[in-house]
Amino acid sequence: MKHKQILMARYGLLGLGAALTVIGLLRQEQLEVLQKAVRICLECIGIG
Amino acid sequence: MPGVHRDRVKGGGPRRSPQRVIQLVSAVVLNGYMAGFRKGTIFTGSSKAVCVPVLNCYSCPGALGACPIGALQAAAGGVKHHFPFYVLGLLTLFGVVLGRLACGLLCPFGLVQDLLHHIPVPKMTVPPALDRPARWLKYGILLVFVLLLPAFVSGITPPYFCEYICPAGTLGGGVPLLLTNPPLRELAGALFTWKALVLAAVVLLSMLVHRPFCRYLCPLGAFYALFQRFSFYQMSLERDKCVDCKRCEKACPMAVEVTKQINSAECIRCGRCKYVCPTGAIKSGF
Repeated sequence: MKHKQILMARYGLLGLGAALTVIGLLRQEQLEVLQKAVRICLECIGIG
Repeated sequence: MPGVHRDRVKGGGPRRSPQRVIQLVSAVVLNGYMAGFRKGTIFTGSSKAVCVPVLNCYSCPGALGACPIGALQAAAGGVKHHFPFYVLGLLTLFGVVLGRLACGLLCPFGLVQDLLHHIPVPKMTVPPALDRPARWLKYGILLVFVLLLPAFVSGITPPYFCEYICPAGTLGGGVPLLLTNPPLRELAGALFTWKALVLAAVVLLSMLVHRPFCRYLCPLGAFYALFQRFSFYQMSLERDKCVDCKRCEKACPMAVEVTKQINSAECIRCGRCKYVCPTGAIKSGF
């Protein structure tokens, strides 16, 4: 893959990642993550 | 090695890698809620809204952030079954900036495997005929357990990877919580037995083979591997300095052919190859 194409992909992915994160924050998805993470995940610890 | 004298080679020669120090600091920082280990509870502060870049169970008593793989499954398989913009966005940012550097330097479960591999038992080389196809298993786990099952099974779905596979959750969350929380301990049954067996298998394999979970099972490593060619952080090999001694390949925990594919998707960017190179031919950075 040419260097220029790799650079374009790199910055494109950076922009995509930033855009997805911002959209998620605007949808307040971080609160959903928080709600899950502050409760003991019984499945994760093997209780189910 | 004829013609190569370590003392006379400028910028080369084996040096001490800072990998272990960075790994230990990362493990402590990511799991800094010490009171959780004492009380048998987990941290409930607002930092848990932020995904950490490594596989670190949010039910580990010390965890200060959220596990991205757990969060991904919770978003895709929760009440709303929605596209996980926030978690995928963060994972994309981690991936494009670091590639698999988080695996090599920051992941506490990677550290556990590295330490287990130091136990002096005979080491095994996995035959390429088995090793090569097995490396694809982690991509299958990412696709099926982490993405497809939570997204397409109807209703609120459990985090399938966390529930049936993840040994980091068993070790970091299950074991300390069950040791210090008697009501939880009473609830442990067949599922915990299964997860303990999976953990035991990974622990045993880690003594024989370096980083078996990272090689064959980790869905987060699989995700980051997709970004390896494009990431800002890259490894490089100066061919005119390379004397083909293969010390890099002998030191590599992931059995990467360093001199042929220095930015292999399997490379966890731990830097061991860089530090054992007698001529300083291997570099890394942004």
